Order: sequence, then C-alpha cells, then structure tokens
Amino acid sequence: MSLPVLVAAALFVGVVAYALFGGADFGSGFFDLTAGDARRGAELRTLVDHSIGPVWEANHVWLIYVLVMWWTGFPESFASATSTLILPFLLALLGIVLRGAAFAFRKFAPTLGQARLYGAVFAGSSLLTPFFLGTVAGGIASGRVPAEGRGDLWTSWVNPTSLFGGVIAVGTCVFLAGVFLTADADRGGHGSLARGLQRRTLAVGIATGVVVFAALVPITRDAPTLAAGLEGRAAPLVVVSALAGLATLVLLVRWRLGAARVAAVVAVGAVISGWGVGQYPWLLVDEVTLHDAAGAEATLVGLLVVVGLAAVIVLPPLVYLFRLTQTAAWSGALASRHGDQQG
Amino acid sequence: MVLLEAVQALAVDEPAGLLPARQQMALSLGWHIVLACFGVAFPALILVAHWRGVYRDDPDALRLARRWAKVSAVLFAIGAVSGTVLSFEMGLLWPGLMGPYGDVLGLPFAFEGLSFFVEAIFLGIYLYGWGRIPPRRHLLMIVPMAVAGVVGTYCVISVNAWMNMPVGFRVVDGEVVDVEPWAVLLNPGAVLQFAHMWIAAYMVVGFSVAGVYAAGMLRGRRDRHHRLGFTLPFVFATVAALVQPFVGHVLGLRIADTQPAKLAAFELAETTESPSPLRLGGVLVDGEVKGAIDIPGLGSVIARNSFTEPVQGLDTIPVADQPPVNITHLAFQTMVGIGTLLFVAVLVFWLARWRGRDLLQRRWFLRGAVVAGPLAVVALEAGWIATEVGRQPWVVYGFLRTPDAAGDNPDLWILLAATAVLYSALTVGAVVVLRSMARRWRAGDEDLPSPYGPEQGADGGVGTVER
Repeated sequence: MSLPVLVAAALFVGVVAYALFGGADFGSGFFDLTAGDARRGAELRTLVDHSIGPVWEANHVWLIYVLVMWWTGFPESFASATSTLILPFLLALLGIVLRGAAFAFRKFAPTLGQARLYGAVFAGSSLLTPFFLGTVAGGIASGRVPAEGRGDLWTSWVNPTSLFGGVIAVGTCVFLAGVFLTADADRGGHGSLARGLQRRTLAVGIATGVVVFAALVPITRDAPTLAAGLEGRAAPLVVVSALAGLATLVLLVRWRLGAARVAAVVAVGAVISGWGVGQYPWLLVDEVTLHDAAGAEATLVGLLVVVGLAAVIVLPPLVYLFRLTQTAAWSGALASRHGDQQG
Repeated sequence: MVLLEAVQALAVDEPAGLLPARQQMALSLGWHIVLACFGVAFPALILVAHWRGVYRDDPDALRLARRWAKVSAVLFAIGAVSGTVLSFEMGLLWPGLMGPYGDVLGLPFAFEGLSFFVEAIFLGIYLYGWGRIPPRRHLLMIVPMAVAGVVGTYCVISVNAWMNMPVGFRVVDGEVVDVEPWAVLLNPGAVLQFAHMWIAAYMVVGFSVAGVYAAGMLRGRRDRHHRLGFTLPFVFATVAALVQPFVGHVLGLRIADTQPAKLAAFELAETTESPSPLRLGGVLVDGEVKGAIDIPGLGSVIARNSFTEPVQGLDTIPVADQPPVNITHLAFQTMVGIGTLLFVAVLVFWLARWRGRDLLQRRWFLRGAVVAGPLAVVALEAGWIATEVGRQPWVVYGFLRTPDAAGDNPDLWILLAATAVLYSALTVGAVVVLRSMARRWRAGDEDLPSPYGPEQGADGGVGTVER
C-alpha cells in the first residue's frame, strides 16, 4: 500500500471508531430523551449517565483525531469540504457543544428543573450530531464536494444520499446504544428496564435495517460511483453487515446480550467500512483521489509515526478504562450508595 | 450597525469572510484559552492535593482534591467541546491557510490530539476511580493527565511559534514545497513561547482557585479547609508569578530580530531612538504618540538588554506591514502591568509571612486575592492579543497575509452572532452549576445527587452515581 492509502486507512479507522464508540454515546441520547418524566425516567437516565459518563470524552476524541488526520494528510480537500459543507458541519458542531456541556451540567445541576432542561438539551442535541455528520458523509460520497474551492452550500447536503446518510447514522447510533444499554441494565440488575430497552432496540434495529437497504435504491441513482463500489468491492461488507444485523436481533431476542454487543459492533462497523471501501480510491468522490489529495510525503510519514505511538500510548489505557467500566466494582456503584465512603 | 458598515466599507479590498472570521476566531479561542489553562494546570494542583491527602493522611487535602476533580470535570467537558469547535474552525474560517499549509502545520496538532486522548482517558479513570481503585494507584492515574496537559500545550504553542517564525518549508512559484513537519514541531521559537504560556496557565489557575477560598475567608469561613484551599494554589501562583517576568523578558528579546514591527508596536516606537525610552500608556494618533509617559533609556534595557541598542521605529516599516499599533501596545502593557502587580503582590505576602505577619487576617489582602484571579485572566488574554494582533497583517509571518487565508463568505457574521449567544449560554450554565456545587458542598452535601432528583433513591433500585 502506498503512503496516502496507509494514512487514509489510519484515518478511516478513526471514522469507524468514532461511529462505534461515539455513536453509542450519541444514541444513548435517544433513550434518554424518550425515557418519560423525571420519576419514571430516572432509572434509565441514571443508567445512561453511568454508562457513558466515564468514556464519552475519550470517545469524543476520535472525532478530533479524524479532523487532524484529514487536514494534515489531505489539506486541500479538508478546506474545500469544510467550506462547502459548512452548514451541516456547524449544525453537527452545535450538537457536540450543547451535548457535551449539557451532559456535564446535568450531573451537577442545582435543581431538578435545571437537570431536566440540561437533560433535554443533552438528549436532543445527541441526535443532531450524527444526523448532520451523516449528511456530510453523503455529500462527499455523492460527489458534491469539489477538489478545491467551495461547492453549493445547500444541494451539497440536501440531497437523497445525504438525507439517507443522516437517517442511517442516527439509526445506527441508537441501535448500538440500545444494545449496549440493554446489556448494562441487565448486568446492573435492572431486569424490567433491560426488557424495555430490549423491545425498543429491536424496533430501532429493524427500522434501521430497512432504511439501510431501502437507501440502496435512491443511492444507485444519486451516487452512482458509490453504488458501484457498494455492489462491487464492498459487497462482502454489505453482506456481513446484513448478517450481523440479523444476528444481533436474534441474539437480543434470545437474551444473549454479550454476544449481541459483538454482533452489533460488527454490523455497524461493516456498514461504515462498506462506505469507505465503496468510495475507494476517491477521497472526494468523482473529484479527487486519495493519491492526488495527499499532502507532503514527510508529513504522511510523520502521521504514521503518530498513529504508531497512539497504538502504544493510547490503546492500553483506553482498554483499561473500558475494562474498568465493565467491572463489578464500578457497576456495583449503580446499585448501592456507598461509592463515596472509600478513597 | 453603523460602526459595522463603516468597518466593512473600509475593508472593501478584503474578502468578505475576513473580518467575521477574525472576530469568530478571537471569540472562540479567547474563550477556550481560559479553559485550556485549567486543563493544563488543574491536574497538577489536584495531584499535589491528592498526594498530600494520601501520603500525609490529610483529610482536608483529600477533600480538596476530590472537589477540585469534580470542578475540573465540568471545565474539562466544556473545554473539550470548545476545542473541537476550534478544530472545525481551522478549515471553516481559514481555507487559505489550511489548504496550502495544512500538511506543514498539522503534525504538532496530531501530537496534541494524542495528548488530549491521554488526558481524556485518564480523566475518565481518575474521576470514576474514587473509591473504586486502590488509593495509591488511583493517585497515579492523575500523573498522565498532568503530563499530557503540558505536552499538548507545547504542541499547540509550537504551531503558534511557527506562525511567528515560519520554518520547515519553502515556497517555489507560489507552491509550498520541501515540507519538514518535524521542524515545525521542534521549531526554535517554541520552547520559550511554550514556557511563557505554561507559566501563565499556572498563574491563571493558581490565582483563580486561591481567590475562591479568599472569598470564603472574607465571609468568615476560616477553617483549615479554606486556609489549605488558599495556600496550595497560591504557592503555585507564587512560583509562576515570580518566574514569569524573566521568561517574558527573554522571550521579548528575540522579537527585535524576528518581528521588529511587533516590537515597535509593543513599545509604541514611532521613530528609532537610541537609546529608546520606555513608553507607559499612550496611543498613536496620526503617526504621533499622545499621552504617553516616557522613561528615558529604559526601553532599550528592557527590549534589547542594552543601554544603547534602539528599538526600531515604525517609520522604518511599510504601513502595509504594520500591525494595528494601538491595540498591540495597550494589550502588551496591560499584560506587563498586571504581571508586575502580581509579582509584587506575592512578594509582599511571603515577605510579610516571613516576618511573622499573616496577611490572610487582612481584609484588603483577601479582597486583592479575590481580584487576582480575574486579573490573571485579563493578563492572559492581553498577552494573547498582543502576540496575535502584533503578528498582523501576517498569519504565517512573511509568507501568508491574513486576508489571503480567509474565505469569501459574508454569512460568517450570522455564525459569529450565533456563537456569541451560544458561548454566553455556556458561560452562564457553567457559572450556575459551579456555584451550586459550592453551595451544596458548604451545606455538607458531599455526594451530589444523580441527574434526576432524589426520589429515585427511594425505590431502592438506583443509588447515587457521582463523578
């Protein structure tokens, strides 16, 4: 593989990681939003808070990683994409800002009324970001971002591929979050909560699956290059995604929650990877290839060094963090009130 | 609006996106930089308090560490999102910079991203580790945060230093070639500029946190908790305030060679005088200095480390290459003035203490200590304005002018207005939440309730989740 492709692959790993980890965080907002009034929703909201609280900031960094890799590795395309897709980028950004701040504020809100306000902001904005990032992906994949300069401000993201992209992004986030929250609730000993989550996750999963495959029709017309890739090189990934998605549903029904998480991750990871593989070798579809968009060689090498360092420096503590959040000592705090007495 | 139109009329030959992009960058970076200081310096402060708590068996220190950690969770969250805003804005506002120079200046940002990753992970571990990880290992979890904050600062500052003293590329026929990204990361301007910023962060955080406890003492809360809460951050602030003028001086010396226009604006030198005076206050009106107090010869001593070497005058620099002189000059003097004041203030405190007098018993000193935090923030902002505005009209000094970096998007004014509203709301939210935390702590409510009210404790299912 050539340098630009290696860097693009490393960048794309970040996209997938953000879609999976960040996606599960964002999707939690949907369940938080629809949990009901303060009393009825308290159990679920506390679960959401407990599940994503320790990890959301780390999960968020994947986005920064993607942005930095993009502007450093493929600078001109970053400038043209951000100035063309400025509106959806800004709306996604609005979601990120409101969500992060409101989530932190809610935790320490002085009154129940304020907690509800912050909670609503957190939950609502959690859906903004994936939707608009999905439209960005659709704009790029349908060839609406020029290699240099600024494309159309509106049609670049108000088009069939973008809108389907947005809906699919929201659906996959909610689905992932549902699978993870169901398992968390079960492990925390909240049986009825887990069963409610399971039902809603099944509904979301079926709806999202239908949308993903229904979208293939308009995408074939609207984004022929991407569609050709999806039906060609990326076809195996599309199949994997469909099978893994089905398997997730079955596992959820059969209450095999641990395995369902793995299957859900595979399903969503395969959808996202399918997009990446489907549009290869284009960076901005029909406009500029990875090779032509790449920046200086020395810089690409530097980026790969950073990626290597990240694998050594970042991954072990990240695994430690995720492992800690899955241990009984941490989960136990959800069921008891003595968290504050030691230390 | 009249003013706005006047400004836009003046700027007819500039791209429509320039002025709003500048204001947008000023607002979002000026806001973020304060939170960034907390991201850098707060972990070190918490580390010391926590260490004292664990190894000297000091429950007051441990409680401080624990509360500060919760405060830092709120500040870190909004710092993270405002930092994300900035990474988008690089491309949204400055396509002319990120297009041609993205691969030159990107590597330090990649390392910064790496350190931010480390910080975010260990923050999660540390905050949730209270009571769940053995105490000594838990204490260790904050060390990577403190280190990552410092590394991240260096990386970001290295890009700014590069903008002031560009290295690591050549321009041939308008094309950027021979890119050496490592040279940017290790550029010769970075270390001193980093040191200046790093120390500034300790001043901002040290004085701000100490000021909170000084305010408590003014209201009669004079327990050990408050004394320790004041003294610990004040020691940090003291060391920083004493070192800062020297670092700033050494940093300033090289400006005479690298950016004479900036130095001339700092010193308000309209002509070259040998030796140059130190000019206090004053503004430049139609090329004449008005209202300044001149101290003969001192300008050369401070800016050049010499009794004779002059400060090069603005008259030797083409008008097109001059920065906005008055803003630069006043911002610079504000920074130096406040820095000097804080330097003297901490000296007075420790000298008095050495002679057996406790200034914490004096209301005037406590009032001053409360004001010191905001003053340090003002100095930080002023210093940042001085260096950024002083670099104009260049974004990459000598290579890329700011108007050429901006895009042609007049709608950015709407974005600016929206951002101003959003950031105001965030500021209000943060203040309300932090104040309520403090109030509830005072009421003895160490364990803050989980998001949806106290009722859910009664159903037996869900207990307190705290961060």
